Amino acid sequence: MKGELKELKLTINGKLYEFKVKPKTLLVDLLRQELKLTGTKIGCLDSACGACTVHIDGKAVRSCSVLALQANGRKVTTIEGVADGDKLHPIQQTMIDHGAIECGFCTSGMVMSAKALLDENPHPTREEVREAIQGNLCADEGYVKYIEAIEIAAEKMRGGQ
Amino acid sequence: MGETFGGYSIIGKPIPRVDARAKVTGEAKYAADIEVANMLWGYVKRSPYPHARILNIDTSKAERLPGVKAVITGKDFGGFKWGWSGPTRDEEPLAVKKVRYLYEGVAAVAAVDEDTASEACDLIEVEYEPLPGVFTPFEAMQEGAPLVHEDRPGNICVEYHWNFGDVDKAFAESYLIREDTFQTPRMAKGYLEPPAVVSYWPDSNHVVYIGAKGSPYFPYRILARCFNLPLSNVRIIAPTIGSDFGGTKNDMTPADFSAVMLAKKSGRPVKIVTTQFDALTTDLRRHPMWITMKTGVTKDGILTAIHTKIISDGGAYTRMSPLSNFLTGICMGLPYHLPAFKHDVVCYFTNNPSSAAMRGHGIYHTAFARECQMDMIAEELGIDRMEIRLRNVIKNPKPGTIYETINKVHVATAGTEECLKKVYDAVKWEKSEKADGYKAYGTGYATGTYLSGTNLSAHNACAAIVRICEDGSVNYLTGATDVGQGSDTILCAIVAEVLGIGLEDVDIKRVDSAFTPVDPGSYGSRVTVLAGHAAINAAQDAKRQLLEVAAQQFGVKPEDVEIKNKQVFVKSNPERNTSWERLVRTACYEAPGKVIIGRGYSTKGGVSHTLADFSKGVGDIGTNYSFTAQASEVEVDVETGVVKCTDNNVIAHDCGFPLNIQAVETQVQGGAYHQGVSAALYEEFKMDKGQTINANLIDYKRPRANEAPMSKVIHVVTNDPYGPFGAKEASEGSVCSAPPAMINAIYNATGVWIKNLPAQPEKVFWALKAKKEEKKGKKKK
Repeated sequence: MKGELKELKLTINGKLYEFKVKPKTLLVDLLRQELKLTGTKIGCLDSACGACTVHIDGKAVRSCSVLALQANGRKVTTIEGVADGDKLHPIQQTMIDHGAIECGFCTSGMVMSAKALLDENPHPTREEVREAIQGNLCADEGYVKYIEAIEIAAEKMRGGQ
Repeated sequence: MGETFGGYSIIGKPIPRVDARAKVTGEAKYAADIEVANMLWGYVKRSPYPHARILNIDTSKAERLPGVKAVITGKDFGGFKWGWSGPTRDEEPLAVKKVRYLYEGVAAVAAVDEDTASEACDLIEVEYEPLPGVFTPFEAMQEGAPLVHEDRPGNICVEYHWNFGDVDKAFAESYLIREDTFQTPRMAKGYLEPPAVVSYWPDSNHVVYIGAKGSPYFPYRILARCFNLPLSNVRIIAPTIGSDFGGTKNDMTPADFSAVMLAKKSGRPVKIVTTQFDALTTDLRRHPMWITMKTGVTKDGILTAIHTKIISDGGAYTRMSPLSNFLTGICMGLPYHLPAFKHDVVCYFTNNPSSAAMRGHGIYHTAFARECQMDMIAEELGIDRMEIRLRNVIKNPKPGTIYETINKVHVATAGTEECLKKVYDAVKWEKSEKADGYKAYGTGYATGTYLSGTNLSAHNACAAIVRICEDGSVNYLTGATDVGQGSDTILCAIVAEVLGIGLEDVDIKRVDSAFTPVDPGSYGSRVTVLAGHAAINAAQDAKRQLLEVAAQQFGVKPEDVEIKNKQVFVKSNPERNTSWERLVRTACYEAPGKVIIGRGYSTKGGVSHTLADFSKGVGDIGTNYSFTAQASEVEVDVETGVVKCTDNNVIAHDCGFPLNIQAVETQVQGGAYHQGVSAALYEEFKMDKGQTINANLIDYKRPRANEAPMSKVIHVVTNDPYGPFGAKEASEGSVCSAPPAMINAIYNATGVWIKNLPAQPEKVFWALKAKKEEKKGKKKK
């Protein structure tokens, strides 16, 4: 428990941070407890629900199943780093406009998974959208409007809006 | 913009949710996100036995661990017991003499961090005497079975025996009688947000509780009694809530009580965040039920009588079982005309985690049995599955008239017939008739109904306050709690609609019992119907005050003035007008100046007809009732037994009037095609002597985005006179229609009946195999 502290240097939402952390510290705990970036949620701690999804170097990962030290030297993006100031990312705006969000507990993870998909594949098929967010459990919404919202957002992003 | 209803300015359209921006940016604060200065972390010590006497608890080692600030056991609560109602107070915050389910809380620690608190819990030494337990209602009902509660003979938690009409005579005169036993499993509520709480005592006489509760006024009353405080000194604050679905997030948990007691004892704020493992092993679940339904029909398939016998597993404590089991029978007379019915339900205590309310509460079980059996009867009689439903369905009563069921449930609007016809037209039929190699396709129908605006005999009151700020913006204060269903948006929309202003002008406050008016909470699909009515009344009260000022300014009567789109004008001469902002400013600043506060409370609940009588099984448990029909296609892999709900799925929902079209759609899709499909195909707690063996979200399967159907929702508008702007509930009815629609579709595809939910691959595989062998056997003969 009282393991030696290790040095950690990483970029989070565009800002460089240096920490001394216990080797067992999970990335999600670093984000939530040290940095108070509570937009990243803890649902299951089993990599099963996807509520803690963040990006490491642009890839969607479950921050409950990554040690903070594994992100050493990398670029981490959380939900707090998705909007451009007050201007929401098209995925965020579309989820609002399309009425995709209910309780919102899965929303951060859903946005992060969708963004990782659309950043890499601007023309996803419906099946690709469904696959990209299949690691994100939603408790109440039924997925239909999330899937449609991501498709609409992809169209907007292609149109350069 | 797509479909809209009613010609209103704001409601009856897709309304973007008022809390969506905070949620999509990660700004929304859920209970686990909240921190208070000087805060400690709490942890609950849990029992390793499902049934055991507690002989001794030694906390001395835990107390000596550096960083530990307080340790409590059940004894700290001074014999306090609590429950759903006065006579059912059978549970202690932390078990004192006996534990009745696995992982029941027995002690708790507050320390400087979570690791230390958890480590200290390991140092608490509890001496147990393990007791034999009962793990199914069938074990519990045996003569001489171990008693879960010594003072409850036969382990009976609650039972109801009702009889309406002459059931025996009706059966004697029936052309066909069918009796089948169906089974609904133990299910998780399914929220992703594990319950969390932060509590502190600003002084020794006041407590603050911030927790994930959909019914914040439950803890309000319970904590007042527990800590012997007047209600005025109990402050419950609702953070954003990550879904509820009934049960744990209405009620209290050992962690809730522990946080408050640890905060009192340590003199510092205490936070306890439970894990998904805690939630899946100890939180309240849906009752597993064994439903034997005997149904009589005429030669034409007209229902003559139903006799339902239900055995249900209530788990360790009574909790809401009296209501859950009552709800299995109270709506038997809906949505089909039923001249006679008997209902016998017995709920047993077992050494399993307690059962309680869950979306589709109670009605879900009997609706499943009835809708499957309806298909069986149709087949035996050679009547089309849709036709038999249309023959029995209650017609939508003419405006001004009321339909009364045999057990005195009153319905002013019933859109089932329209729902059935619409899904029949909308579903695609091409595939359902053919088998595609190893895949078989089939389609099933089912109807659902649910009460909205639940009327219970106690604390039903529900009020609202509309506070007009001097710049024209509005604060809305309600005791109602949005747990994700979208009620905050609906209430703001109603206030804006009534006042004639924009949705963006209304700011809703989360529940804070120090400021918001008392409200029963989010359960029984009551918020939109009852809190929505309070919103109308409060907004009208504020508007009346403003119109008086406007009338004075214009030199006319208040009833001659109207407000629309933030314009205040004389009805007969709209040229004479002023802006909303100017009117508000005038009202506030004219000497001596006014403070405009509108107040209102719901007057709909309970006054519609008669209050429900639990012992007799009669009366209006709902203010009004929603109706649903769905047509569902499944794809069955006949080699592996894997069933998939295809995108060819249509649900029609009569929610009276869709106040927010998008919210009704997500509620209905989430209800039918997430929790409903999940109940039909995936979800079941596997138990072994009180232990939940699939207590994680991988082994406890729920549908994911690649499995959930892209279903279509059809809105059926019936404008119910007892709902705000005609509205009724949206979603709980859809949870009830989905499982039977899926099971009927599986039968349609394969000819096998899965009468015990869920239709997991293994079950379907063996059923298909048995059918194949039965066919072979017949051929040989």
